[in-house]
Amino acid sequence: MSKPSKSPWVIHYDASSCNGCDIEVLSALTPGFDLERFGVINTGDPKHADVFLVTGGVNTQNISVIQQIYDQMLEPKVVIACGACACSGGVFHSCYNLIGGVDKAIPVDVYVPGCAVHPTQLIDGFIKGLEILDKKAALMSSKKKNKQISQSSGVQAIPSPEAAEHKENSLNQETPVQKEETKRGA
Amino acid sequence: MGKRSVIPFGPQHPVLPEPVHLDLAVEDEKVVKAIPQIGFIHRGLEKLTETHDYQNYVYVAERICGICSFGHSLGYCETIEQMMDVDVPMRAQKIRVMLHEISRIQSHLLWLGLTADAFGFESLFMHVWRLRENVLDIFEMTTGGRVILSINKVGGLVRDISDDVLSQVESKLVSLKDEYQQIEKTFLSNSSVKSRTVGVGVISHDQAENLGMVGPFARASHVNNDVRCLGIGGYRLLSDFVPILDTTGDCYGRIRVRCKEVVQSIDIALEMIRSLSSGSVSVDVKGPIPDGAQAVNLLEQPRGECFYYSLGNGTQYLERMRMRTPSSENLAGMVAALQGCDLADVNMIILTIDPCISCTER
Repeated sequence: MSKPSKSPWVIHYDASSCNGCDIEVLSALTPGFDLERFGVINTGDPKHADVFLVTGGVNTQNISVIQQIYDQMLEPKVVIACGACACSGGVFHSCYNLIGGVDKAIPVDVYVPGCAVHPTQLIDGFIKGLEILDKKAALMSSKKKNKQISQSSGVQAIPSPEAAEHKENSLNQETPVQKEETKRGA
Repeated sequence: MGKRSVIPFGPQHPVLPEPVHLDLAVEDEKVVKAIPQIGFIHRGLEKLTETHDYQNYVYVAERICGICSFGHSLGYCETIEQMMDVDVPMRAQKIRVMLHEISRIQSHLLWLGLTADAFGFESLFMHVWRLRENVLDIFEMTTGGRVILSINKVGGLVRDISDDVLSQVESKLVSLKDEYQQIEKTFLSNSSVKSRTVGVGVISHDQAENLGMVGPFARASHVNNDVRCLGIGGYRLLSDFVPILDTTGDCYGRIRVRCKEVVQSIDIALEMIRSLSSGSVSVDVKGPIPDGAQAVNLLEQPRGECFYYSLGNGTQYLERMRMRTPSSENLAGMVAALQGCDLADVNMIILTIDPCISCTER
């Protein structure tokens, strides 16, 4: 990959893992593997974070917490599922209190397998995540530019109410959160 | 007295590696009451004994908690061995004690790092975790895993560790001890560490006994509850074991107890390596567990006493497996320590009980 365009900050949440992946996430950030040399900083505030590292599967009590953290993060954002449990439920897949992997709650961009996930694997997954983050950022800025051009050219000065409604709907469909919610609703 | 208000703390919080929720009732800057709420990572592992046979459950047992993973697999295997009347070879017992003590070093170093992070001493956090990587290298060298070791099985060890590797472990532990002692000095004599920890979250001796606290949290209040003294399993082989106690009962005392325990664990691990004799490391265990067979086991984990109970029903599956883990015992102590503390000290106090929520909720 080319150089990352910004220093990505991460937020980490332990969904229902055994802790093994959590300490490996911290190991990846501390000397030894040192993700911080790429400008990665562990933050506690979802609004500061670009990357969401989730370890462990989802259960009924923490599903709303994960969704809340995800919703509080600003676009563009990337979700990395760390470890076997976060990918699919792992060794706990048959437990009565487990719904499944993190993708049951929020859209996941990168799946990093392993029980417990090795920090080198995590760094590999992180680099893949940064590529996706850059792509998302580029998509957002091109959309913004198109919008500015259409506004400055003066076309559709007064959009009809029907057109505005259609635009709103299509925007809603594009956001992954909405998609997920409609899926769950169905 | 100011107006009472409630501040939610967690489940997602920078100082917490694991989710626990606290409702802190505060008056001005003082915490009047703390109400914990758990259940964010409950999986229901005790029930899995009904679908996993007793040999395979070892791999589930060590995934109860990633920090004390070796401890849980050891405690579970010892319980089943008691039920089946299995004599584990001496070499396996000594290697088990050695690995368990090295896990304790790993766990305490992890905790010391997180504590340093909690009181804002970032460079100390990084230095401790740098040391911890050396301990994980020992695990990788001897078992192949860094966190989940998967070396225990019912009847002994999955594989032997060669003498060549053991001598490397020995030299690594000796050099770790030298490096560690420099960092220990910072923890115990640095004035900024002391200003955040001395006299914070005090639990008296009587309080600790009444609340049934376990582990280093209780030993800082001079309650001797170290199960290693009872000489269960491989721990009867220790030549002399003196538990580390402290009288202060505050956050600083808890740091001091754990700091000293790291050195003690290095010494125990070295003693075990030096006294190892050659021989097999496992015996074959086959067949179902006798109907109605019961066993009880105690193990001193990094966070304190862990209790195991199991009941067989004449099949490959256990009727009941019960673990009472140290952190769930210590929650009552944590709530007591939080009562009347400053809001700024809350994260220090929560960390110094070393909560392991994965163990607590299973």
